[in-house]
Amino acid sequence: MRFGFNFWLGAGLTALVILAGILAPWIAPFDPVLDADLMSSELPPDATFWFGTDAQGRDVYTRILYGAQISLTVGIVSQVINSMIGITLGMTAGYWGGWWDDLVNGLTNVMLAIPSLIFALAVMAVLGPGLPSLLIALGLTNWSWTCRIARSSTLSLKSQGYVQAAQTLGYGDLRIMFTQILPNMMGPILVMATLGMGSAVLSEAALSFLGLGIQPPFPSWGSMLTDARQLIQLAPWVAIFPGLAIFLSVLGFNLLGDGLRDSLDPHMRTRKP
Amino acid sequence: MTAPLLQVDDLHVRFPISGGGLLGTGKRTLHAVNGLSFELAKGECLSIVGESGCGKSTTALSILGLQAPSEGMIRYRGQPLAGPGAPGRMQRAKAVQMVFQDPYASLNPRQSVRTSLAAPLRLHGVTATSEIEGRIEAMLKNVGLTPEQAARYPHEFSGGQRQRIGIARALILEPEIVLLDEPVSALDVSIRAQIINLLLDLQEKLGLSYLMISHDLSVVEHMSDRVLVMYFGEVVEEGGWREIFEAPAHPYTRRLIAAIPDPAAALDPAAKQDRFADLPQFAGRRFVSDGSTSPDVFTAPEGSELVEITPQHRVRFSVK
Amino acid sequence: MTAPLLDIRGLRLGVAINRSTHHPLLKGVSFQIMPGEAYGLVGESGSGKSVTSLAVMGLLKKPLAISGGEILFKGQNLLSLSKREMRRLRGNRIAMIFQEPMTALNPLSTVGRQIAEMFVLHQGKSWSEAEKLAVEALGNVRVPNPDRRAKNYPHQMSGGLRQRVMIAMALACNPDLLIADEPTTALDVTVQAEVLRLIKELCAARGTAVLFISHDLGVIASVCQRVGVMYSGCLVEENETRALFADPKHEYTRGLLGALPRLGSRSEHGRQRLVDIDSIIADRSKLTETRFIAPRGAEGSQP
Repeated sequence: MRFGFNFWLGAGLTALVILAGILAPWIAPFDPVLDADLMSSELPPDATFWFGTDAQGRDVYTRILYGAQISLTVGIVSQVINSMIGITLGMTAGYWGGWWDDLVNGLTNVMLAIPSLIFALAVMAVLGPGLPSLLIALGLTNWSWTCRIARSSTLSLKSQGYVQAAQTLGYGDLRIMFTQILPNMMGPILVMATLGMGSAVLSEAALSFLGLGIQPPFPSWGSMLTDARQLIQLAPWVAIFPGLAIFLSVLGFNLLGDGLRDSLDPHMRTRKP
Repeated sequence: MTAPLLQVDDLHVRFPISGGGLLGTGKRTLHAVNGLSFELAKGECLSIVGESGCGKSTTALSILGLQAPSEGMIRYRGQPLAGPGAPGRMQRAKAVQMVFQDPYASLNPRQSVRTSLAAPLRLHGVTATSEIEGRIEAMLKNVGLTPEQAARYPHEFSGGQRQRIGIARALILEPEIVLLDEPVSALDVSIRAQIINLLLDLQEKLGLSYLMISHDLSVVEHMSDRVLVMYFGEVVEEGGWREIFEAPAHPYTRRLIAAIPDPAAALDPAAKQDRFADLPQFAGRRFVSDGSTSPDVFTAPEGSELVEITPQHRVRFSVK
Repeated sequence: MTAPLLDIRGLRLGVAINRSTHHPLLKGVSFQIMPGEAYGLVGESGSGKSVTSLAVMGLLKKPLAISGGEILFKGQNLLSLSKREMRRLRGNRIAMIFQEPMTALNPLSTVGRQIAEMFVLHQGKSWSEAEKLAVEALGNVRVPNPDRRAKNYPHQMSGGLRQRVMIAMALACNPDLLIADEPTTALDVTVQAEVLRLIKELCAARGTAVLFISHDLGVIASVCQRVGVMYSGCLVEENETRALFADPKHEYTRGLLGALPRLGSRSEHGRQRLVDIDSIIADRSKLTETRFIAPRGAEGSQP
């Protein structure tokens, strides 16, 4: 399989975010929460504080490294939940059809009609702020596209000879779904999940910006932006760097997803002679 | 008198079609198979011949249990195979298996040959690894592949080799009946002969019974013992291969045979015409002889019956 | 001696795999089609018969590229024409019908209008005149009730009718050459027989030459006067149809003919094993080393 430039750029950016998150405790020069010093607040970037300091005198660079942990956790966990819901509903709906298909389709259409961020807001309002409820809220609200893709892939795979062969060999429905259908539709699902990680990072930032996500003093890129709101003219670096982190990581996930799609798409694949 | 291996008795398959219109007002019923009856004997090759839409594939799906019949019985050694009292997938799998038309779509691209042959064995209670390996090895040899090729994936094989894998998969559970759905029509001409030879060898060696579905009459003539000609859901003629090909009675059968682009006949058109000239003509009930329109498949056919004209050779007539 | 209508000389083309490697698909193919002649190219998948037709139509897409040879149509090298000149030729002087008519027809437009478009585009007719001609063209390809059928959309027609519409479109401007690439492979046998007869009779009546491409020797035999057998990018044998079937010279042709179950052979010879082509051909890699190209008119009379 061949990957294009976009894929590698996306993979590089994503790897950067992952490394930042994992290595944060070792490479961050300060503590993200405890090293607050009002004497050194709102300092512009210099040799000690690479990205400057915020209103509480905390190092912005350190907080961005730790913030990567939050963003990654949110991105990955919420997409795993989304994919599991989407695959289960979509695959069973496509395979069994009938009233179950109608029900899943109706549910998917309802989900698509509600803006997912508003729905997540409502879930957060019920569950209260915090990381676990953030994961649940984002995990429950973004499965509709995955579900549609899983359903349509299942419908087309169902008529393939090898699925019929499995039926004649005595395979049960669940066995057919997991051994014959699921492995053959993982490509588009993976693309969907990667693209979804980008939007999950954005949603996390938005929810944290609104004060419903990660609670201070713990750093998340979204809540850092909230804090920076009043300082945007006095100390623009407090807003610029978390914004840049969000931008680059979302760009990274999206390029990775696009690159995956291009190389998994059979039309783009060069055939061996 | 023992029960026949496979017995299809008055099989009807109908599909509801929601034919547009608000609130499903345009609902109609498509009569795909109408009163089909036949028996398949042990070791025999019976072919169902017809063009697209004649119901031959629906018949195959019914026998495989993938399509529920609307009426009628399908019995395997006297036991119902479909309809009320039918066995589960597991028992049916050991009775009937299928070789598919398209060798590219019929193998799971993510499974190695070994996996796709071992999984059904495990499912059916063969657990010892040595036995599984032994049976896979023997089966691969049977279909003309080497045991070393078991570790490979479908994309590493040519079309002909894939079809051999498809045959191996159909035979791995040792079924008595194998459904052949256009087994060579997707293959290159030079490969067809090899697969046809292989199928005939396996039939003899393993005592298999074939039910072949095909539109390719030259392949049918070569392989079959008996032939059923289907036209829009009904059998219009049935008989031994010799009767069907040398003394076809129904006009549709004749049209089918005449339509085959046979190199010899094409170069000598006189021979083709003369072949059936002195045979008696029989009228078909629902057959539209100029072929410009097709019969109405949304109504049940009017009364007609198969009449035996010579022993083992029956043709459809209207009852009036 | 008349000049050939289409004269392909030493055509080479291949797939560019990357900048340095080039996988050849045609390794120097030469053949000629006379005006009004039906010429068949027969071969298995990968033999290069379809890319030959695409090259003549100027429809090769990257990574396919011509690396040598000439395609002379009425003495003019098609490979040196501009895209604009080629477009004027295509559909007008050279027309093509495909295996799957559904993909070649526009689903959003009536078939009458699609045929009429050919007259407007290539002959500068007015729409009202062109639509009358389209109904006439449908009648010529023996579509029943042509004036009613002209108002149909492609999905309302059967595969056989759609292929007739394609033929009507292709022959609308009375082209000199019709390229038919597996035109009946997707059709039922009885429909196939009718479509083949239609192509044969219409082209004979109008003096249109045909380049007929198929994997089916029987189909080729029923339409063409002269046949070329392709294997692995080479034309390995060429002869008058009758002579080729009666006395195949090349071992590949012999293998292909032997591997074919023939109607009526069982009653004459009983159920025999079919000839395995690998038992005739000793070494496939050496197949393209020998070629048998019979001179034109060797058999004397034209059929």
